[in-house]
Amino acid sequence: MVLTGAEIVVRCLQEEKVEYLFGYPGGSVLFLYDELFKQDKVRHVLVRHEQAAVHAADGYARSTEKVGVALVTSGPGATNAVTGIATAYMDSIPIVIISGQVPTAAIGLDAFQEVDTVGITRPCVKHNFLVKDVRELAATLKKAFHIARTGRPGPVLVDIPKDVTAQRCEYEYPEKVSLRSYNPVVKGHSGQIRKAVQLLLEARRPMIYTGGGVVLSNAAEKLAKLGRLLGFPVTNTLMGLGGYPASDKQFVGMPGMHGTYEANMAMHYCDVLLAVGARFDDRVVGNAEHFMQEPRKIIHVDIDPSSISKRVKVDVPVVGDVGDVLDEMIACLEATRERPDAEHLALWWRQIEEWRRRDSLGYKNSDEIIKPQFVVQKLWEVTGGDAFVATDVGQHQMWSAQYYKFNKPRRWVTSGGLGTMGFGLPAAMGIQLAHPGSPVACITGEGSIQMCIQELSTCKQYRLPIKVLSLNNRYLGMVRQWQEIFHGNRYSESYMDSLPDFAKLAEAYGHVGLQVTKPGDVEGAIREAFKRKDDLVFLDFQIDPTENVYPMIQGGKGLNEMILSTEDL
Amino acid sequence: MRHVLSLLLENEAGALSRVSGLFSSRGYNIESLTVAPTEDASMSRMTIVTSGSDEVIEQITKQLNKLVDVVKVVDVSEAPHIERELMLVKVRALGAAREEMKRMSEIFRGRIIDVTDSSYVIELTGTQEKLDSFLGAIESELILETVRSGVCGVGRGDRVLKI
Ligand SMILES: Cc1ncc(C[n+]2csc(CCOP(=O)(O)OP(=O)(O)O)c2C)c(N)n1
Repeated sequence: MVLTGAEIVVRCLQEEKVEYLFGYPGGSVLFLYDELFKQDKVRHVLVRHEQAAVHAADGYARSTEKVGVALVTSGPGATNAVTGIATAYMDSIPIVIISGQVPTAAIGLDAFQEVDTVGITRPCVKHNFLVKDVRELAATLKKAFHIARTGRPGPVLVDIPKDVTAQRCEYEYPEKVSLRSYNPVVKGHSGQIRKAVQLLLEARRPMIYTGGGVVLSNAAEKLAKLGRLLGFPVTNTLMGLGGYPASDKQFVGMPGMHGTYEANMAMHYCDVLLAVGARFDDRVVGNAEHFMQEPRKIIHVDIDPSSISKRVKVDVPVVGDVGDVLDEMIACLEATRERPDAEHLALWWRQIEEWRRRDSLGYKNSDEIIKPQFVVQKLWEVTGGDAFVATDVGQHQMWSAQYYKFNKPRRWVTSGGLGTMGFGLPAAMGIQLAHPGSPVACITGEGSIQMCIQELSTCKQYRLPIKVLSLNNRYLGMVRQWQEIFHGNRYSESYMDSLPDFAKLAEAYGHVGLQVTKPGDVEGAIREAFKRKDDLVFLDFQIDPTENVYPMIQGGKGLNEMILSTEDL
Repeated sequence: MRHVLSLLLENEAGALSRVSGLFSSRGYNIESLTVAPTEDASMSRMTIVTSGSDEVIEQITKQLNKLVDVVKVVDVSEAPHIERELMLVKVRALGAAREEMKRMSEIFRGRIIDVTDSSYVIELTGTQEKLDSFLGAIESELILETVRSGVCGVGRGDRVLKI
């Protein structure tokens, strides 16, 4: 069958069962938009800024097991998308971005709306393509989806010059892709796995530390099973929250800069650390030198060999898909009667319970002024811990991670690696579209929300009943906190004057807006918001502007050097 | 430590910039980089001379392997191997220097491949050290320009980089 390039693109998207395409039109993609107009299988969502298109595709992908897809035009469309692409790249999220490009004959001539999109995005994509020949279009799109979703997932960009979308050729969607240069290892090396299991059985102070890899490979149930078999403490990184049920008694909270005292102490003092789909990020282990001074054996399971022994030297590397490797570990354990020494394990748990009793997430609530932690706790209560929660970046993000207890994976959607303010609302749009009828909350700050606030308009157009909870402290709170602690209270440019009345602003966009100023009104407001199943409700919580995120590890310090509250400073 | 990495990569537009971009964005050293198509036109072979601690070299190898266009990576300097570099040196060749240059070129097994009444172009192949010592052995004022190809490397004997 002979089709135009534009027809081919739309066919390929249909073949890939793409439900939603988040995009924004422009000159270079007009043929594509024309084809989208003629069909109704792939539904296009018109965002208000290309950054939001990519974040929405990203939120869609994180909350499902599918690849998110975005479509942008050449030049400014592509450059606007870059923040979104880098965000997805840092968190290994499978998305495909299709960008228009000026006609092939115009490339390199500084044509109107020409940028070197492949060059600009190269360092922040898993891979990218410039398709110069319509005959390669279908195969390239097939490769793009394949590369995005397999191995360590990530964004893949396909740049298509306008003339290619108009040219015709015979179309056939390839059934299979084979790339001689790309064959991610799935199955772990069984010798290494047996070695790892032996180490776990001999451990006296074991610890399981898991990251986004568990979520991405849909291995949460396997992790839970392994956890139960071993009876070891488990911690989930910011990216890994929900990978292990937070309400389980073996869960010790999140590790790292704003993690719990018990998680960090256990990470530091364990004698065998099983790291699964995590990458010893600087926000997790703090000072790597300091971390490595304490003797311990480390087993590291990851699909990406380059994540292993990158920051922290590892004793037993296991390269493979987290789910496959966990399965095999479980099988090894079930095949033996050996179990970790119960006595030592009990002693270790006693130590952990002692750390836990420090109650590092305790905070002083108030009757006068709303505490942000209290808002997140109430959200958790009201939603029964079952909402999808997207966040922006800053203090509110950390409080969300600390106080909303996730029992399931893919409920927690946050920009961990890049820390992109403006991510929350568009990500929530992608989530809500993927899960119509499910409660979706976007926890944000008055700084972050203004970086993509235009998307309130998209939410109206597509009737997305997201609940926006803005923890409004009138400050770029996380910046202010660092200035308070490290820069002698000099709040340089972290106070925002002339904030809009957010409730009215939400109303201007056609939504419901509510300002909440009293602690006593918090729960009622959240209940009311979730009762309004069809409305986007914007809750503007006027919170304590001086509240800081604790506990905390200062930059360059070790995991056993936490500050639990202002008094420790 | 100095290492010589050999890569096979897809002969795709942009493959070179992926490799060089990786080195610059992650702050790895490149002493030299050469690339040209192989007998299989769909693939190029690249030789990169780099330096770093064992950990850094391990990361470089892993990161290179991660690039979708990279088919294979080996550290040829890990075992017995051969390195060669080509150099063209244009030298002033007037009066007494004319004979002297010819003599030096012969000692280093070079060839004079271009002659004018005032200059020679000398072609020299060998290891980096050999080329360096040639440059050290002739009078530096007489050197008009030098062009070096960068190192090509290959494993000895049965060590073959092929898919
Ligand atoms: C796009 C972007 N610019 C700057 C930053 C640096 N930054 C990190 S947190 C933060 C403050 C965020 O303020 P707000 O959204 O009000 O949240 P709060 O910390 O007050 O909860 C800033 C500016 C960032 N993460 N992202």
